[in-house]
Amino acid sequence: MQQFFAFVQKEVFHILRDYRTLLIIIGIPIVQILRFGFALSNEVKNTKIGILDYSSDYMSRSLVEQIEASQYFEIVEFLESTEAIAATLRKGKTKMVMVIPAHFEDDLLHQNSAQLQLITDGTNPNMATTLINYISAITMEFQGRTLGNNAMPLQIKVTNRMLYNPQLRAEFTFVPGVIALVLMLVCTMMTAVSIVKEKEMGNMETLLVSPMNPLAFIISKAGPYLMLSLLILTVILWLSSALLNVPIRGSLLLIYGVSMIFVLGALGLGLVISTLTDAQQTAMMISLTGLMLPTMMFSGFMFPIESMPVPLQLFSHLIPAKWYFYSIQAVMIKGLGVQHIWKEILILTVFTVVFLTISFKKFKTRLA
Amino acid sequence: MNGQNSIMTEGLTKRFGDFTAVDAISFQVIKGEIFGFLGANGAGKTTAIRMLCGLSIPTEGHATVAGFDVYKSAEQIKRNIGYMSQKFSLYDDLTVWENIQFYAAIYGLDKKAIKLAGDKLLDRLGLRNEINTMVSELPLGWKQKLAFSIAIIHQPEIVFMDEPTGGVDPLTRRQFWLMIYEASAVGITVFVTTHYMDEAEYCDRVAIMVDGKIEALDSPKNLKQQFHSDSMDDVFYQLARKAVRS
Amino acid sequence: MNSISVKDVGKYYGRKNETVALDKISLEVSAGSIFGLIGPDGAGKTSLFRILTTLLLPDAGEASVQGFDVVKDYKEIRKIVGYMPGKFSLYQDLSVRENLHFFATLFKTTIEANYELIRDIYSQLEPFNNRRAGALSGGMKQKLALCCALVHKPEVLFLDEPTTGVDAVSRKEFWAMLKRLKQQGITIFVSTPYMDEATMCDRIALIQGGKIMSINTPYGLLEEYSSPLWGVRADNMYQTYLDVLQYPAVSQCHTFGAYHHVRLREGAAAEGLESYLQTKGHSEIEIKIISPTVEDRFIDLMQTENKYLI
Repeated sequence: MQQFFAFVQKEVFHILRDYRTLLIIIGIPIVQILRFGFALSNEVKNTKIGILDYSSDYMSRSLVEQIEASQYFEIVEFLESTEAIAATLRKGKTKMVMVIPAHFEDDLLHQNSAQLQLITDGTNPNMATTLINYISAITMEFQGRTLGNNAMPLQIKVTNRMLYNPQLRAEFTFVPGVIALVLMLVCTMMTAVSIVKEKEMGNMETLLVSPMNPLAFIISKAGPYLMLSLLILTVILWLSSALLNVPIRGSLLLIYGVSMIFVLGALGLGLVISTLTDAQQTAMMISLTGLMLPTMMFSGFMFPIESMPVPLQLFSHLIPAKWYFYSIQAVMIKGLGVQHIWKEILILTVFTVVFLTISFKKFKTRLA
Repeated sequence: MNGQNSIMTEGLTKRFGDFTAVDAISFQVIKGEIFGFLGANGAGKTTAIRMLCGLSIPTEGHATVAGFDVYKSAEQIKRNIGYMSQKFSLYDDLTVWENIQFYAAIYGLDKKAIKLAGDKLLDRLGLRNEINTMVSELPLGWKQKLAFSIAIIHQPEIVFMDEPTGGVDPLTRRQFWLMIYEASAVGITVFVTTHYMDEAEYCDRVAIMVDGKIEALDSPKNLKQQFHSDSMDDVFYQLARKAVRS
Repeated sequence: MNSISVKDVGKYYGRKNETVALDKISLEVSAGSIFGLIGPDGAGKTSLFRILTTLLLPDAGEASVQGFDVVKDYKEIRKIVGYMPGKFSLYQDLSVRENLHFFATLFKTTIEANYELIRDIYSQLEPFNNRRAGALSGGMKQKLALCCALVHKPEVLFLDEPTTGVDAVSRKEFWAMLKRLKQQGITIFVSTPYMDEATMCDRIALIQGGKIMSINTPYGLLEEYSSPLWGVRADNMYQTYLDVLQYPAVSQCHTFGAYHHVRLREGAAAEGLESYLQTKGHSEIEIKIISPTVEDRFIDLMQTENKYLI
């Protein structure tokens, strides 16, 4: 037991004294969350738009007032002609111009159909889509309120995406994604690198020629990183709920439980990687290209898996982060309980058991 | 320039913060001599060599190497010296000939000159049959001889060597020193550091550094007389154990 | 009693075992002695160390340490040996004290329990107790590494090239420490490429190309050297060397720093060589009988038995 504590103590010293790496590990998720938080508020809050109103009737003015009243848009310009639109957008400050054709009220009241034209700055297509969706949402609301329920809907292009994510809360996928990615990074790469470092520096040689218990060695390598990753998880959860208003609807205990299983699996994977190579550089490369990239590509948080070709969809099943991402999203955002994610938990557990078993089996008590 | 001296230093000093690594050393190395540069770990040898090779700018003092000032003409110095470090810098994954070609080109030899110098080198080392062998497959002793030959392929005025014979077998060590003799005989100045004290005896003159200063500089014979001992090992021990820093 | 016993141990590398690291070597080390394994880089020293410290499995033969088999009883051996690999494997980011404490705990003991054994060496390090190992000088690192290998009071100490890259003064101090450890009854198995250190050992093995060329006491080894050895010097050493080689009665000539070491064919006299050098125009000629060194014997063995030449 004494021996085990000596290992843990040594490991904690290693981690604390390499404060640059520590700073990066804790800093990355914080910066990501902050960046996302600020980017969000900049993009959809008080976006500058222009209005070209050919009608200038009661209905069109009401719509413009409603848009102005929302926190999302700030009307900075009333244009006079179509020719002015391009010039306005080219300056870059105004992100969108809404054109209300003549006879807007007439068309709406008598033909049950009116048109709005939205001209956006397409340099940032994501943002352009977002803006269109926001305006559409406001218009829908406007229609509902002023015309009552019987009226025919306004003929405004409404995207499908609007329907189930009216607020376009990207952070709902972003936060679980960052969690999965960071835990993977910390546990797998850091564990692999720290063991390989012992080999590279020649420390492993002396450790092996001692009554060292390999189990104590492995656990002491994994333990501190387990604690570190749970700390990081806490920081991310706190930041995202405090800053991004991402709700934690489900059980916190369940989130930590699932995370624990995932982290143990990632640690096991790190241990396996450490048996493959004797160079820190290689360990880092394997962790980055072999794990980080697939995690980003196939966990579903950057690219929807449903739209991938079938072989890639099948491949994504092999990515533990995918199952973890699903479960965290389900618990955190949808507030689902353990009965809904037992399948994911089971799969993650299998991964973890497999990785840990391989790593124990592969641990060599001799050199080469 | 003084035609007799390959290296001249006057009060050459290097400080790192408040630590004086090299403390006002002054010495001359005569053209064509084998000059041994000894000192305990941390005595300042490496720092001094770096300044002389134009890799590090002195804090104070003067030095010329091959007639060029270390402050103003570092680039010319690099062109007129050869350098061989402990971990001789041959590329393991290149063949013997590729290594020769590469280094000769770096030192500014043109195609014709490379062919000429390379052929001569191969004949002298008896490596003609190995030109397509990967350097990694050569025995350590051969690698070392090849590294030395490549370090002087451009016929520099001076060659600097930092512990060139660490860990090689005694026979190779001897053959290596014969090559140094040979280089010196054709007028190349040899500036060498070593941990083998018997190798100090090969040198025409030896400088011993202690705590950043040169504590003794003379021929091995005179040094032994001066310190009343029968080996350079003992001379070195008498001087170096007085060192304060280690 | 033998502390270490090696019998026909072979170690081969490569896909078809074509690289021979150790070629069926045998040796015995008696308890409480200093045994030196002397040879250049690549001779197979580290392979033998790793086999004896149970880090590598031998491909042939058997070996034991304190009666324990290096293959079967590796766990026992790991408890009772101290090992200092070629690269001093200290934790650079831990302090002197933390390193020592870690290694003590690793062997389930404390610094205090075996303080007597390391006091001699550790007392020089204690002023730097809180300094990180990475910031120590080469000589200090070497001492700390030795302390760490000793802190559990091992019965056998394995030191793989402990003095490589360390200056002559630190090397002398280091050997003095080893002598004192030997007096405490510890068996010391040490390797070195510096042949002048051979005389500090009780017995030495000269190793080259994976083969042991000779095992003897340092004194006995030099006794093996039969014919007289002449030291020759003159004003121009290089020219002298070239000329001596041309002299018909010379069977061998090697440069050895201050003197060339020369052997003459049977029946030839040194006077002849002297007058020959004079006719070649050398001055300050000095020729005298000298006692051979371990290096002379090493070169001799390499040359007389061509198989050692690699």
